Amino acid sequence: MAGEIGHFALILALMLALTQSVVPMIGASRNDPALMAAGRAAATLQALFVLAAFAALAFAFVRTDFSLEVVAQHTHSTQPLIYRFAGTWGNHEGSMLLWVLILSVFGAAIALFGDNLRTTFQARVLSIQGMIGTAFIVFLLFTSNPFARLSPAPIDGAELNPLLQDPGLVIHPPLLYLGYVGFSVAFAFAVAALIEGRVDAAWARWVRPWVLAAWTCLTAGIALGSFWAYYELGWGGWWFWDPVENASLMPWLMGTALLHSALVLERRGALVSWTILLGILTFSLSLIGTFLVRSGILTSVHSFAVDPRRGIFILAIIIGSTGAALALFAWRAPAMKSGALFSGVSREAGLTLNNLFLMAATAVVFLGTFYPVIMEAVSKDKISVGPPYYALTFVPIMTPLLVLVVFGPMLTWKRDALGDLVRRLRGPLIVTVIAFVAAVAIFGRTNVLAAAGMALAVWLVVGAGAVLARRWRIGGGFLRSVRTTPTSTYGLVLAHAGLGVLVAGISAMTAWQSSKIVLMHPGQTLTIGREEVTLRSIREATGPNYAALVAGFTFTRDGVSRPMTSERRFYPSSRSQTTEAGIEKRFLGNTYVAVGEPDKTGGIVVRLYDHPLVGWIWGGAVLMAMGGCASLADRRFRLGAAKAAAGIPGGRLVPA
Amino acid sequence: MTRALFAVPVALFAALIVFFAYGLTQDPSRIPSILIDRPLPAFDLPGLDATSPGFGTAAFGSPAARGEPKLLNVFASWCAACPQEHPMLTRISAEGVPLFGLDWKDQPEAAKTWLAQLGNPYARIGSDPGARTGIDLGVTGVPETFVVDGRGRVRYKQIGPITADDWEKTLKPMLVRLRNEA
Repeated sequence: MAGEIGHFALILALMLALTQSVVPMIGASRNDPALMAAGRAAATLQALFVLAAFAALAFAFVRTDFSLEVVAQHTHSTQPLIYRFAGTWGNHEGSMLLWVLILSVFGAAIALFGDNLRTTFQARVLSIQGMIGTAFIVFLLFTSNPFARLSPAPIDGAELNPLLQDPGLVIHPPLLYLGYVGFSVAFAFAVAALIEGRVDAAWARWVRPWVLAAWTCLTAGIALGSFWAYYELGWGGWWFWDPVENASLMPWLMGTALLHSALVLERRGALVSWTILLGILTFSLSLIGTFLVRSGILTSVHSFAVDPRRGIFILAIIIGSTGAALALFAWRAPAMKSGALFSGVSREAGLTLNNLFLMAATAVVFLGTFYPVIMEAVSKDKISVGPPYYALTFVPIMTPLLVLVVFGPMLTWKRDALGDLVRRLRGPLIVTVIAFVAAVAIFGRTNVLAAAGMALAVWLVVGAGAVLARRWRIGGGFLRSVRTTPTSTYGLVLAHAGLGVLVAGISAMTAWQSSKIVLMHPGQTLTIGREEVTLRSIREATGPNYAALVAGFTFTRDGVSRPMTSERRFYPSSRSQTTEAGIEKRFLGNTYVAVGEPDKTGGIVVRLYDHPLVGWIWGGAVLMAMGGCASLADRRFRLGAAKAAAGIPGGRLVPA
Repeated sequence: MTRALFAVPVALFAALIVFFAYGLTQDPSRIPSILIDRPLPAFDLPGLDATSPGFGTAAFGSPAARGEPKLLNVFASWCAACPQEHPMLTRISAEGVPLFGLDWKDQPEAAKTWLAQLGNPYARIGSDPGARTGIDLGVTGVPETFVVDGRGRVRYKQIGPITADDWEKTLKPMLVRLRNEA
């Protein structure tokens, strides 16, 4: 029954999405308040119906209704409740429904809380959101219906991939989708602006919180995914340049560029068409990411719905959205007023440079990801690129960008002098040079690259701190300036310092990680890094839906011992195996142990890793996400937007 | 000029779509052989036991000593799809096509038992328990079948079991063509 309710709700949502894409667009061009109000109502109702459909599917998962095909394929009755619930989005159909849910909730939010938008503009944004929603609901209903029934219903279902049965994976997809779909708002804003032919500072002020929120969620989502891969896959790596990881990294890089160019647009009215283009491209990269995972065009560990028919459909959606938007851009953008001029040394110029580097970095990742597709079309060869490619291309582009990060906030708008800038950055510069010399002295000349990485990290952190120091020094009175510093400045400082922490983690991991793979017998002791690892016991255990081989270890460092376990789990219903790594987490690095195959002599294959500063990678990402949150909390977004609305004659029309 | 600049993104996008559309028509799991149109790598394999002879590259002819086009089938007693392919191989062999078998990553004893149960369609069998020749040939799994022309060059590689359809529509016409080519 729940299945049918969900199915009908989704069909009704499609009708509403269609209404939402057509009616407000007509209303905006005729300036008809009733039609525009209908668009807002459709957006709100659509969100309710998609929510109902999602709730029905979640209900079916929790109640293990195996007459639904997706439930039967992805849930087993022994699965714990939380993983039955998370199973709702642990499959292609359900995750697309979650995608649509987030999209429609964002649409409703624009309808309900977009009071301060120009009414015609709001109507056009809603219409474009409606079009995206229509496309995806059609995609769901016709190629991947989550409510398809099975008859007869099986007695029990197949299990959710055990790798996905993990707390990290319960929230990883929703976070990523909040990011991807959040950029759809920037896309809708960009296209609506092209239709209206006008972009101003107020536009940037409206779009920035959405971009910030999407960027923050995406940052957290990527970090979580990376952390999950680290502890669950048992390889001890944190980033693999897998096509699907790249699919999330590309919108992130482009979104970062958008965040900064929108700032220039908001403050200085410059970079108008560039910002519009970034708005279109960022969401397009999110769509392409979806295409990548679901079309089977590239093989990846993540491809959980390889079906060419779906691929063709998503390709059609990409052509319809990105293609149409870029064509509109080519047609309308040249006529748009380009903004204020700025000198070669100014914050605008700095941020433009930042954008160019980020664009180049995105292009490099894009090329690496799609190289196999392009090469196969050109030369029939199957070639894919791996980490060496990215080390040669991505790293050289990102390094100057990271150096530049510190300059941006220290530059003044419009016009600045190089000499003044250097004087302002004297402190961080001196600290960085000292850090570099000290690092070379400590780690030796063979580790110059690692020392440079550490110095870059110091540069970023100290440079971020200098932004605060400068602010506090200028505004009279320390306490007063601390109080009056806008939250967005703290956001900037956190995010840039987080980047520094991230760089430190990556540098240390690249230069100093070490590993050992050995066959160990109980009682045997090995040393990795400064840690003594003793295998104590190997025993069998059972979990709710798995059998496990549990290896007990003792980690000893500086005379202090702690117990540690690593498991090898076998899930009988899906006949698959997972590894639970044992990780001793410390501020300055982790010791990581993962067990493999037991052998006949009573030993077990053990992989040991020493991971210096690895936690800093995710810690840095968390700081960046916190920076995003802090910026979001800034009063300026609320005050500024409200002021802009008051400035428009007539304000918002009252709905009929 | 500026107008043209604004059209660059949409033009790039159009080019990209062509690649994507092409990529969609390709099967990512299909890995083409780099040996196509190249001579078979040199190998000389023993038979399954001391009494049965194996074969080497020489069996496939060379540009100097031209022979019949032949099939080289990779199989193993542990392979799940091989029994499914077996009747097809028996039929191909009965049609008079020289069929060579490469017993890949397998114990010769196990392969002998397996062939005793199902029947032996192969003219010669080479045993490759350590998969050294398999690596040279770029074997990715079993079963796989190479079409080798009279000059000893690989002309085609079939991945997975040969179905009746594959045989009638692809392999058989190809063998006829290769025979006439000489």
